[in-house]
Amino acid sequence: MTKVLTDARSIRIKGRSFLALVLSPDLPLDDWLVRLDDLASRSAGFFLDRPVVLDVTGLAIDKVQLKELFEQLAERNVRIMGIEGARPSMLGPGMPPAMKGGKPAADIEVKEREAACEEPESVDTAPVELPQVRAITQSLVINEPVRSGQSIIFPEGDVTIVGSVASGAEVIAGGSIHVYGALRGRAMAGTTGNSASRIFCRKLEAELVAIDGIYKMIEDMSPALVGQPVQLWLDGDSIMASTII
Amino acid sequence: MGKVIVVTSGKGGVGKTTSTAALGAALAQNGERVVVVDFDVGLRNLDLVMGAERRVVYDLVNVIQGEAKLTQALIRDKRLESLFLLPASQTRDKDNLTTEGVDRVITELKRVFDWVICDSPAGIERGATLAMRHADMAVVVTNPEVSSVRDSDRIIGLLDSKTLKAERGERMEKHLMLTRYDSARADRGDMLKVDDVLEILSIPLVGIIPESSDVLRASNMGAPVTLADARCAPAMAYFEAARRLRGEQLPITIPGDKRGIFGKIFGRKAA
Ligand SMILES: Nc1ncnc2c1ncn2[C@@H]1O[C@H](COP(=O)(O)OP(=O)(O)OP(=O)(O)O)[C@@H](O)[C@H]1O
Ligand SMILES: [Mg+2]
Repeated sequence: MTKVLTDARSIRIKGRSFLALVLSPDLPLDDWLVRLDDLASRSAGFFLDRPVVLDVTGLAIDKVQLKELFEQLAERNVRIMGIEGARPSMLGPGMPPAMKGGKPAADIEVKEREAACEEPESVDTAPVELPQVRAITQSLVINEPVRSGQSIIFPEGDVTIVGSVASGAEVIAGGSIHVYGALRGRAMAGTTGNSASRIFCRKLEAELVAIDGIYKMIEDMSPALVGQPVQLWLDGDSIMASTII
Repeated sequence: MGKVIVVTSGKGGVGKTTSTAALGAALAQNGERVVVVDFDVGLRNLDLVMGAERRVVYDLVNVIQGEAKLTQALIRDKRLESLFLLPASQTRDKDNLTTEGVDRVITELKRVFDWVICDSPAGIERGATLAMRHADMAVVVTNPEVSSVRDSDRIIGLLDSKTLKAERGERMEKHLMLTRYDSARADRGDMLKVDDVLEILSIPLVGIIPESSDVLRASNMGAPVTLADARCAPAMAYFEAARRLRGEQLPITIPGDKRGIFGKIFGRKAA
């Protein structure tokens, strides 16, 4: 039986970009998992309910090892929404789909006919364009305290909070983070790959700070900085901090 | 139209029910019509603290389900004729609280009473969000310890996002009620200081209620502390808080701070 389509409207499929955390394991995987457990134990619930992308680019593992890694992560309640940098043959059924560079996506209108006759692109064609750091950073200003349980996510640029960031709250910015108050929760700056981003706060009591994916917990910081007005920046692979007046 | 207050905290056992009863009675003693509403379905307590447990026939769930009229469920206080209780159900599940049902009940109560005070259950689930939904102002009950303060912070976030006022883009008036404040422990440094709590939560203080055996004595008698012994320290603190909720500007004294204003000037030298 053929179904007659009377409704001429096309189905609207939208593109949307989300900010996902990207995990890039290194070998040996057992050691890497130990470090992951350490991070998770010091920052409980960090991976819960968050979309996470697993980036295995350049990692010398085979299909079986990848599947094992995926299961290991699932056991830790880390839910992988997609895998980046894996050969298509490595992604069997039951595995998350392949993902390519997180460029911003526009709305796409797909007409049914086109959709039907177009072949899906194979995964390894077309070189992946890396997201560009925008020439003009945008800024977001929040005029009140960020409360426990709230997250401010702004991949487009800098975030300024005129108030404090509570314990159990978080600010995630593509650019720098400025807190005119106490920073007690988590602050993650430069999350879209911007290593020049910095974190500034009036009073440092943070649970965790990160710049361009490099983390630091409060217990790893000099006690002399705790409670002080501080700025944090990245020097190579380490987070540097100093007091500011 | 009456004002709707939610008494909320996030954390359990910090003094929400005690505060609801005490504030309700304090406001009613001034002749204003007050209803205290128990939203803690399944774990009701407010009827005990009000001394009305043997007079509960119908409850909030019955009214929401259309099994009783609001006038049938309201219990008038034996001591204060302008004070009423709308009890929660002890046997029903809290899923019986529907958004539309709560909307209807609160709208009706606001028409009749000057103050509708909602005693929220602990937590951040449905019961708590329904209790805060219609509030014009919130009393955030907090104990001076870290976990209570963090939970209050979380609740303030919800007050600014999950209420009708927030949905309309208006600002919810929020007041901090610091309860179970123990001056001896504060001096020893076992508790957070008032200033620290205020700095973390950044909402105005409406009262500091001292830790006191008078509270337990009152609830064993089945009376709000402001009715059981109007002259005891926690009652006086609740009376002052009620006046602040009415909009009066009163200076706040920290319990146990016996130095007072003269003490602040001369106290250090004398010691
Ligand atoms: N100022 C006070 N001094 C001494 N005890 C107090 C004080 N305030 C409350 N309490 C006691 O603390 C206990 C908990 O109080 P209450 O029931 O009012 O808390 P709640 O926040 O309503 O709890 P729940 O979250 O379970 O509803 C009670 O035993 C009460 O008598
Ligand atoms: Mg209670």
